[in-house]
Amino acid sequence: MDYFLELFCSGLTRGSIYALIALGYTMVYGIIQLINFAHGEIYMIGAFVALIVAGVLTIYGFSGFSILILAMLIAMIYAAAYGYTLEKIAYQPLRNAPRLSPLISAIGASLFLQNYVLLAQTPDFLPFPQLVPDFAFMEPIAHIIGSSELVILVTSAISMVALTLLIKYTRMGKAMRATQQDMVMARLVGINVDRVISVTFIIGSVLAAIGGVLVGSYIGQINFYIGFMAGVKAFTAAVLGGIGNIPGAALGGLVLGLAESMAAGYISSAYEDVFAFGVLVLILILRPAGLLGKAVKQKV
Amino acid sequence: MADAPRKLLEVRELTMDFGGLRAVDSVTLEVCENEIVALIGPNGAGKTTFFNCVTGIYKPTRGEIMVHPPGGQSRKINGFKPNRVTEMGMARTFQNIRLFQNMTVLENVMIGRHCRTRTSILGAIMRSPGVTREERETIDRAYALLEKVGLVDFADEFAKNLPYGAQRRLEIARAMATDPFLLLLDEPAAGMNPQETRELDELIVRIGKEEGIAILLIEHDMKLVMNISDRIYVMEYGKKIAKGTPQEIRSNPKVIEAYLGEGEEDA
Amino acid sequence: MMASMKRSILVALWFVFLTFPLMVVRVNTLKNTVEWRWLNMVWVFVGAFVLHNLWRWALDKRQKSRKKAELEDGAEADLHIGQRLLQEPKLYRPFLLGLAVVALLFPWVLDVYQVNIMVLALIFVVLGLGLNITVGLAGLLDLGYVAFFAVGAYSYALINQHFPALGFWSCLPIGGLIGAFFGIVLGFPILRLRGDYLAIVTLGFGSIAKIVIENWEEFTSGAKGIANIPRPGLFGIDMSIEGATIYTYYLMVLMVLFTIFVTNRLKDSRIGRAWMALREDEIACVAMGVDMARTKLSAYALGAFWAGAVGVMFAARNTYINPNSFTFMESAIVLSIVVLGGMGSIVGVIIAALVLILMPEYLRAFADYRMLVFGAVMVLMMIFRPQGLIANVRKTYAYRRAERGENHG
Ligand SMILES: Nc1ncnc2c1ncn2[C@@H]1O[C@H](COP(=O)(O)OP(=O)(O)O)[C@@H](O)[C@H]1O
Ligand SMILES: [Mg+2]
Repeated sequence: MDYFLELFCSGLTRGSIYALIALGYTMVYGIIQLINFAHGEIYMIGAFVALIVAGVLTIYGFSGFSILILAMLIAMIYAAAYGYTLEKIAYQPLRNAPRLSPLISAIGASLFLQNYVLLAQTPDFLPFPQLVPDFAFMEPIAHIIGSSELVILVTSAISMVALTLLIKYTRMGKAMRATQQDMVMARLVGINVDRVISVTFIIGSVLAAIGGVLVGSYIGQINFYIGFMAGVKAFTAAVLGGIGNIPGAALGGLVLGLAESMAAGYISSAYEDVFAFGVLVLILILRPAGLLGKAVKQKV
Repeated sequence: MADAPRKLLEVRELTMDFGGLRAVDSVTLEVCENEIVALIGPNGAGKTTFFNCVTGIYKPTRGEIMVHPPGGQSRKINGFKPNRVTEMGMARTFQNIRLFQNMTVLENVMIGRHCRTRTSILGAIMRSPGVTREERETIDRAYALLEKVGLVDFADEFAKNLPYGAQRRLEIARAMATDPFLLLLDEPAAGMNPQETRELDELIVRIGKEEGIAILLIEHDMKLVMNISDRIYVMEYGKKIAKGTPQEIRSNPKVIEAYLGEGEEDA
Repeated sequence: MMASMKRSILVALWFVFLTFPLMVVRVNTLKNTVEWRWLNMVWVFVGAFVLHNLWRWALDKRQKSRKKAELEDGAEADLHIGQRLLQEPKLYRPFLLGLAVVALLFPWVLDVYQVNIMVLALIFVVLGLGLNITVGLAGLLDLGYVAFFAVGAYSYALINQHFPALGFWSCLPIGGLIGAFFGIVLGFPILRLRGDYLAIVTLGFGSIAKIVIENWEEFTSGAKGIANIPRPGLFGIDMSIEGATIYTYYLMVLMVLFTIFVTNRLKDSRIGRAWMALREDEIACVAMGVDMARTKLSAYALGAFWAGAVGVMFAARNTYINPNSFTFMESAIVLSIVVLGGMGSIVGVIIAALVLILMPEYLRAFADYRMLVFGAVMVLMMIFRPQGLIANVRKTYAYRRAERGENHG
């Protein structure tokens, strides 16, 4: 039973990270129908910035929660900046291009960012400092759920609630929903669509950075390539939930995380990544609209 | 009109739903040999959706689409893929022009011959005399059609570089290349100037009357419709609200209320 | 002028900010030391300033050429030098002749090492031409193309282990056919997917293939790979390594020629036109009577065929294979070859393959930046020259007015 609970908790943890990253995919896809292939790289850059900030702060004598908070904040700011710049360079000039052009551009951007970090930092794995301390009150159940896992669950939950509120109640949220429904119409009624797109990228990037920092601290090491698998899995989660659908991304992330964790725990972990890809392929083939999405017919 | 004319297309109670929206609601329509039939109605009436159902692009929710090809077997074509429908002999054009932009004008028409030619992958690699002959025939037929629509001089241009009106005519030539017995034209005059529309008018009549290809036509240009159609169907909010000869339609109060009043102005 | 200067400076400062933590700071979390590389900051500033000006200039130019194209209403805006070279027999005949001489003499002038690299480049030429069928002509973005390459390589390695009697020459077509078979099997379920989803699913297939090869030890020897794969044979004659390499080189040249011949014929045929129509507009294509399933599958299968066949070559050249030769990176390289060369353009793809594979080998300094540059190339090509270095020129046909048939309807 404990084993199951442990798997369940680690599944939830993974799942909430997938969900955090998946939100970025889903929001961008919802608005400009682009698979932002470089989104995983933003997540990776978030983790790297946090690592660097944490490293510098440790050396200069900071400790405890102040490191976590500062590293997280700066990582979020940088991820936002990278996401914004990425969109301006690689996607905005391709607004009216054939559909595959921005996707190829996205793949290029992803390769570029990976290798940029490889060259600027290191090709090796870097040990990531443990930013989350082990809480004393977690002691009795530490064999089932660790402190880091708890922090991940709580932080992701808060982030998602915040996102939901933002989209539901703010002016920008309304503009985002309008743009998602019909970009041309939104532009006609005076919404600055380019700004909405920028903000979408920024929000998605911030969420990805949160995920990156939490994962780095949880797993304990990062390298320039972690964004690729995380990106694919998060995209799987987004598709699973129904791409373009925000609660769907959260649901998809949790389902995928749990399924993966169970499969790794009870079957075999060698094929863990095949599992995610398998889910992705099956969903796209069998129910491309995802769990919560509605099937739409292309207008002719 | 001595004998009862032979039916080519018979659509019965066709219905198409998109989620909660009933875009086409129980529409019955037929087209006979040598006929030019128009389908009119305000924007959003469901005309294009009707075409999409008939040509296999959407699978209708309900209803029956019967095709009686001349010299062929009658068939119910619900659920047929678009290419099967085209192979049976019904070809269409699109309201929002859908040419193969980065192919030449001639190649666009040659695609229309695809379903009437046989060259396989191996054949294309080997290029036997038979294949070369078929290719030559394809080219000749494509040129002949370009001549018909007046685009021979543009044969080697990319389709995307054609002026708007020419693109519409190219769509017609491409559809004609599939050897249809029924041609479905979706707003062929949209965006054309009066001169171009007049030429189109002649072209359609020539295709319909001289070559004996039946035509089902969606069009907003009332003058064109009244000029060339034998019969007219009127749709509104997915429903068929009237049918008859141009005279009957002109004086049908329902139609006047629904459509003609505003339609004549923006035509 | 002043304003644009100010803008460039602002942009440069923005990039200084952006790259600061990654380019300037480097921490060693084990030894607790920080390295500050302030000089990088200067480079970023200067680089960003220059690049921003170039970027604006290029965007301006793009804008203008689009306007011009609209005004001139279709007149071919600019026939690229490359295209002119290709269209004028007087120009390209001597060019081809020269190329042939170079290709023939190449192994006799340079050493084995260089020849071996050239073989690799030619392998990528074939891969590029194969993927060009799927992506360039049919418009099906395949991000897992390397899987078929792996299938071919492993087919040869495994067939050789279990049925050594078959030999290289039977394995070459078998590898191709197995590749094509996988192309059809994998292509079948994804026929209905939209372009971008299809890309992601093929990425999945590619990754799954690699993971399976890595983990299915009994069958594929897993991560340690398969060694002692025989080189191509020549009537059982024993050859020195040099001899075998040169022989492989000539085989590769022949294979490239054969690939060019086949793809060229397909391109301007009923089949090739259907592929292109599918790429241009799927709905219009099926509405004009083209069978979508058949057309897509044939494009998939043919692309995969070349990958499989050249995979056999690859295994024979290396005499050793392991899963690491078949990662997403290889798929990305082949894709950038197609993108850089020009989708659908055979000459473009050949040039791009040679440039992208040979450049890092000869410019060692460049080697580290290889993937960085490939990534940038993909982005920049999409923005500034989506048709590739050498745009695909469409064949034109003569009009035979007298003989046209008028009997239809
Ligand atoms: N693929 C689709 N999904 C949802 N609604 C659609 C789709 N295609 C058409 N509609 C709706 O069906 C109605 C009829 O559209 P259409 O057939 O294009 O009208 P018409 O051609 O007569 O102007 C419209 O309300 C339109 O919005
Ligand atoms: Mg319409």
